[in-house]
Amino acid sequence: MSVGLLWLIPMLPLLGFLALAATEGRLGERAVAVIGAGSVGLAALLAVPVTVGFFELPADTGFSQTLWVWLDVAGFRPAFTLYLDGLSLVMLWVITGVGFLIHLYATGYMSGDPGYSRFFAYMNLFVFAMLMLVLGNDLLVLYLGWEGVGLCSYLLIGFFQQDPANGYAARKAFVVTRIGDTAMALGLFLLFRELGTLEIQPLLGAATAAWPEGSATLTLAALLLLGGAVGKSAQLPLQTWLPDAMAGPTPVSALIHAATMVTAGVYLIARLHDLYLLAPVAQTAVALTGLATLFIAAFAALVQTDVKRILAYSTMSQIGYMFFALGVGAWSAAVFHLMTHAFFKALLFLSAGSLILALHHEQEVTRMGGLWRRLPWPFAGMLVGSAALAALPFTSGYFSKDAILLTAFDAPGGFWLWSVALLAALVTALYSVRLLVLVFFGQPRWQQSGREPRDRGGIAMRLPLAALSLLAIGGGWFGLSPVAAVLPDGGVGHGHGGWVMWATSATPLLGVLLGLLLFQRWGAVVARLGTSGGTRAVRRFWLSGWGFDWLYRQLIERPFVALARINRNDVVDRVFAALAGGALGVNGLLSATQTGRLRWYLANMAGGLALVLLIVLGVL
Amino acid sequence: MTALSVPLSHVLALAATLFLIGLLGVLIRRNLIFLLMSLEIMLNAAGLAFIGAGARWGTADGQIMYMLILALAAAEVAVGLGLLLQLERRLGTLDVDAASELKG
Repeated sequence: MSVGLLWLIPMLPLLGFLALAATEGRLGERAVAVIGAGSVGLAALLAVPVTVGFFELPADTGFSQTLWVWLDVAGFRPAFTLYLDGLSLVMLWVITGVGFLIHLYATGYMSGDPGYSRFFAYMNLFVFAMLMLVLGNDLLVLYLGWEGVGLCSYLLIGFFQQDPANGYAARKAFVVTRIGDTAMALGLFLLFRELGTLEIQPLLGAATAAWPEGSATLTLAALLLLGGAVGKSAQLPLQTWLPDAMAGPTPVSALIHAATMVTAGVYLIARLHDLYLLAPVAQTAVALTGLATLFIAAFAALVQTDVKRILAYSTMSQIGYMFFALGVGAWSAAVFHLMTHAFFKALLFLSAGSLILALHHEQEVTRMGGLWRRLPWPFAGMLVGSAALAALPFTSGYFSKDAILLTAFDAPGGFWLWSVALLAALVTALYSVRLLVLVFFGQPRWQQSGREPRDRGGIAMRLPLAALSLLAIGGGWFGLSPVAAVLPDGGVGHGHGGWVMWATSATPLLGVLLGLLLFQRWGAVVARLGTSGGTRAVRRFWLSGWGFDWLYRQLIERPFVALARINRNDVVDRVFAALAGGALGVNGLLSATQTGRLRWYLANMAGGLALVLLIVLGVL
Repeated sequence: MTALSVPLSHVLALAATLFLIGLLGVLIRRNLIFLLMSLEIMLNAAGLAFIGAGARWGTADGQIMYMLILALAAAEVAVGLGLLLQLERRLGTLDVDAASELKG
């Protein structure tokens, strides 16, 4: 049975990592590229027979493969069991397929870097951890993968370790996601205490049997798990790490901070959808978190000047759409958007990478412009990716985002939810156009650097761009029939029809037209708005990501540092300092009696003896 | 064996007096030779007390103990004189207070 090859898929990247880690960078670039990209490529190839085998199974059944039992303590038996169903199949393809394209791209992009081998070792470890996350049949194994991808994210954000700022960004990402992970661990503890198992399928069954709808314990557990998802997926209020995470190499941003890891939260909630169906409060919280994030991040993306930060905020916003979809019950649409987003956002990041490389590591869009003729490959990639991002009709993003918006319209309070999300969709089109206009059209502003832009992409970098472009355009035609068997809404719905459908489809077009007017025709006016009066304040507010970093600095960092300063001479330390001081004093006294004079010792001895004698005789 | 004609209390008083004289000598004198001599007096005071007690109860234990003390005193003098020679050689003096480098 070819589906039995499943265990090899996570093993290959792990072997790649082990090989690269064991050789400690002594291999040449070519060998590293073959191992690093090849292991993921083989995994993607193996996904073909596994998928074929999966469809030969009777419909509506998952395939599980137990590798070994991890622990066996008092009835707690988490096993390394891989579980494949429609949902994990889609994730499997996204991780291995898009992952391989990005690895292939990175073989060219990272060429010449002294840490070439280290880079691919981390990347392979990441792919392994991500596969364990989506294939684990036990929440403990999922958590292993969850922390594994967090570790790789940390290692890769701080990859260029010569600059302390990158290390700071890496620590920030690690610490902020750790807050969410702690909430998630608490949620897992709670579920285990109440249900006695962490194996996903039995757990979902037990939860449905044990708790009525709206149970307080269940709601708490679901909210705690949402906390983990929020941290990992950079949603409000733990979103501040993602823009800074752009310090990592661009393929890392494409793979980890756009296509796969940051969507782990979406996967977690989709996987545990039974819990959220039983806890409507938690599900509403998911929807509102997504809605707030997609709205805030869209406006923040509108004013950024660093090309990667634009894409980072855009990622945040698109994952907000996924959370929003999960919250309003468009489960399949959320996973659908996860997949199409992986295609077009990876494409956008890889194009941005080519662009940055061609401009000699220039990331500021204010120092670009008029580049479309000189850099046709990045231009084509960005054009296609932006079209899909803006959800222009018949691109991949169009199908998934429209499914989300139209399903949201039918949810309770749907008109308002739909309106806010649609406004953000308009802004999405606006910032996509702004990015294209600033980078590729208008007056060239890159001459100050004195260096000609040079497209340095080889075949290894162009092939992924071409493949992802095709996927970004045509990815919407993939039916998600396997997911339909897993998720409760039975596949991507078509939602509301009539004027709502027309309005939803037309908004991105309107946004593109408006964007062309604003940034192409009236570009000078808009630029002046950004530097004067009240609009300047708004621009700076959005530029800082709605001031969340500032807020956290005031609310958490400052008081913490102040407290630390007050308690610099630790209260507890005082006790020990007193002990040490006392010991020193007594030591001084005693050592003063050691005069080195023999007769003095003798006199003491005689005196002491007399004293003892007197006491024994009862005189004293 | 004739009974002891001197009362034990007199013997013990003499021993105590001798012991105190020796102790005072050790405490007051700084010259190592006099120190050793004073130590001999203290040892003999202890020996006298043993002899007196042995005579009082009519056993040989006291005399055996005195012989042990004699041997001990001989050994002590041998070591003490060796130390005395070393002191003279290293410090050029017999003053024990000069050898006080090992102070706290």
